[in-house]
Amino acid sequence: MKRPQHLINRARRRRWQAAAIVSVAALTAAACSSSSSSSSASSSGSSSAALTASAPGITPTQILIGSHQPLTGPAAPGYDLIAPASAAYFSYVNAHGGVYGRKIVYKYLNDAYDPTTTASVVRQLVLQDNVYALFDGLGTPTHLAVVQFLNSEKVPDVFVASGCECWNSPTTDPETFGWQIDYVREGKILGQYVKQHFAGKKVAYFYQDDEFGQDGVKGLDDEIPASMVVSKQSYVDTNVNIGPQVAALRASGAQVVISFSIPAFTALLKLNSLKLGFSPQLVVSNVGSDAITLSGLLEAFAKQGGATVNGNALTNGIISDGYLPTLGDMSNSWTSLFSKVHQEYDASAPFDGNVLYGEAVAYTFVQAMLKAGRNPTRADLVSALEGGLPQGPAVAPYAYSSTDHAGITGAYIGVITNGVLVQKGPVLTTDTSTSGPITTFTGTEQQAPASGIPSP
Amino acid sequence: MQTLPRRLGVAVVVAVIVVLASIKLNTFRDYQIAEIAVEVTAVAGLTLLTGLSGQISLGHGAFMAIGAYTTALLLMHLSWPFAAVLVLAAAVTAAAGAIVGAAAARLRGPYLAGATLMLGVALPSIAYAYQGIFGGDQGLNVAFTAPGFLGATFPLTRWQAWVSALVALITLVLLANLYYSRIGRNWRAVRDDEVAAALDGVNVAAARILAFVVSATCAGIAGALLAIVTGLVAPGAFTLTLSISLLTAAVIGGLGSLPGALWGSLVIVLVPTYVTDVATSHGLSSSVGSNIPVAAYGAVLILVMLVFPQGIQGGLRRILTLFTGPGPKTPTWRHAPTPSAEQARASQHEKEGTS
Repeated sequence: MKRPQHLINRARRRRWQAAAIVSVAALTAAACSSSSSSSSASSSGSSSAALTASAPGITPTQILIGSHQPLTGPAAPGYDLIAPASAAYFSYVNAHGGVYGRKIVYKYLNDAYDPTTTASVVRQLVLQDNVYALFDGLGTPTHLAVVQFLNSEKVPDVFVASGCECWNSPTTDPETFGWQIDYVREGKILGQYVKQHFAGKKVAYFYQDDEFGQDGVKGLDDEIPASMVVSKQSYVDTNVNIGPQVAALRASGAQVVISFSIPAFTALLKLNSLKLGFSPQLVVSNVGSDAITLSGLLEAFAKQGGATVNGNALTNGIISDGYLPTLGDMSNSWTSLFSKVHQEYDASAPFDGNVLYGEAVAYTFVQAMLKAGRNPTRADLVSALEGGLPQGPAVAPYAYSSTDHAGITGAYIGVITNGVLVQKGPVLTTDTSTSGPITTFTGTEQQAPASGIPSP
Repeated sequence: MQTLPRRLGVAVVVAVIVVLASIKLNTFRDYQIAEIAVEVTAVAGLTLLTGLSGQISLGHGAFMAIGAYTTALLLMHLSWPFAAVLVLAAAVTAAAGAIVGAAAARLRGPYLAGATLMLGVALPSIAYAYQGIFGGDQGLNVAFTAPGFLGATFPLTRWQAWVSALVALITLVLLANLYYSRIGRNWRAVRDDEVAAALDGVNVAAARILAFVVSATCAGIAGALLAIVTGLVAPGAFTLTLSISLLTAAVIGGLGSLPGALWGSLVIVLVPTYVTDVATSHGLSSSVGSNIPVAAYGAVLILVMLVFPQGIQGGLRRILTLFTGPGPKTPTWRHAPTPSAEQARASQHEKEGTS
């Protein structure tokens, strides 16, 4: 009597186990979360007697810095190349003597573009790993989750990888500095171009409904008369169904569509427009227009939908802006330097706009560290930046001063031709105010140092 | 038989351990203690809902969002003391839980899963629709500081750990009381056989709704704690991933078990950090390293399910039984109800005169 009951129970339990395993597998597939990291080669070698452990994260042999990056999740495609590219440039510097003999150790953790995870990993970096500074934390919503914390802990928060105007608040957030051109300046420069070159045409906006898109629209509205704008459509990055917005753009009869979107949504805009037989002139802000990333996304998305497209052909003719040298121009000293470093330390990644960005921002950090002195405190880095930085890889100067924590102040207009952005016209600089003029940059652009490392 | 003094005793011991650990360990560990406290509060509610009353919820992240936004708005506009904010946040989430629970009481299995899933996906997007109130994608900042009497050098993270651990412990003690009370027994009766429970005089619909209210309240409290611990309430924090990770913690720890909720939370919070550290120290490339914690998470889940199908708490119980032998005191019905236990409970109902 007892045995059969046991067997039945066991069989029942087996079935439950099987069901549990299947559901667990499904949960695991769905629940992509959590963190990861990498760091550049650990330090060893010569140390100078004069070098001291002058601040948290700084020892006589190394400088430890940290970052939060989307290495998995929706924002990962393209952006996951930035931190490895920065690490590659740091490896190059480390191999050529480091910063005053110290090696830079770059520890970047995955936040999967989730603000709660950002809050957690940044506390790990600051409270447990004792990083000297937070460098190039990526994303507006993610970084906003930690700005308050970093400033209350007095940790330098340099070169946030986002063009939100919000990083420029020296009084409330004295530790935080932007780097890339902010979206308001970008909007003004793109807006002026559209106003001048598409006079009398119907213009529409397509933008991400957050600080990024809204700042961009603010800049556009400063330049483009309201009478030209026939429609403003927005999207949220959690909803990939943008069919209704594209239909509304088409119905408005827009001949020019200006898009402040991340790469995935620029690609979706293009594909949805194709489907409706709608082909306006696309004008896309810098972060959403890297030609190599876009072309890959276009082909991947089309494949998911059962179609085949030529990504390069579809990106041809998109108007955008750039604040770093163009990728295709190997005669430019910066492009050729970063390409060399890329081939030596990061060759598995494609040499695209993200890689160029990662290396250029790393170069700027080395510039700032050299200026901060041989044995810098955390405050030394902040005051070094507030004293201003000489122009580096960017086409326009930095705005850094004690009252301004914005980064690059200008950009040029370009057109994507055969997979690369080709510069059209001069570099334009401006400010973030409504009335601030847009002027042609007359200064000379800097050449990359022959050693590849900024001089102190 | 557990009694209230004994449960309080356990809670006090845990509280002392938390205080000592938070002083001894570095401030990042304090932050992790706070994270665990948040997680365990939400998971404990969910484990009772699913393990005891037999209802599933894939949308508990939404209740956490309600608690968190209520907290942020109250602290921002009215600057109430946190204890009062916590009570109101719990009340608001309880009301939301009652509404959802009323609908849930009519749904079973996959339909209930579907309805709660919809809630979990849809609710956070309200923050985008009303940006003026909820701050859109950027979210709302939450100002929370340590009280002055602790001194200016007292780390904020330690205070956050203390507050969240205290709230979590109070919640757990209250839930443990419910667990062994008539309400808890009613939930189990409804889970095992609704008709039999109804014949016993249990109001099935009321029991199911109450389970949802209790569970949602716990999630709301967890949300309020999350708000003060991270200092930011934004829709990006309340994705489907959060809801699923809560359920995962409940399953890993052992569905229906309060100690299990703690084990599950420990795994969910600590394993990713640990694996990341290991991956870092072995210098893996970032494309491999960034996916290892996700893989480890899956591996832990599969392992626990294979080795301990009833979760970690079920496994611990089994190991304990190996040493002590299945004595008469072992309350097997807590996890695997058998017909005899059913009868025992039914007669208990009669003795108590449930009506």
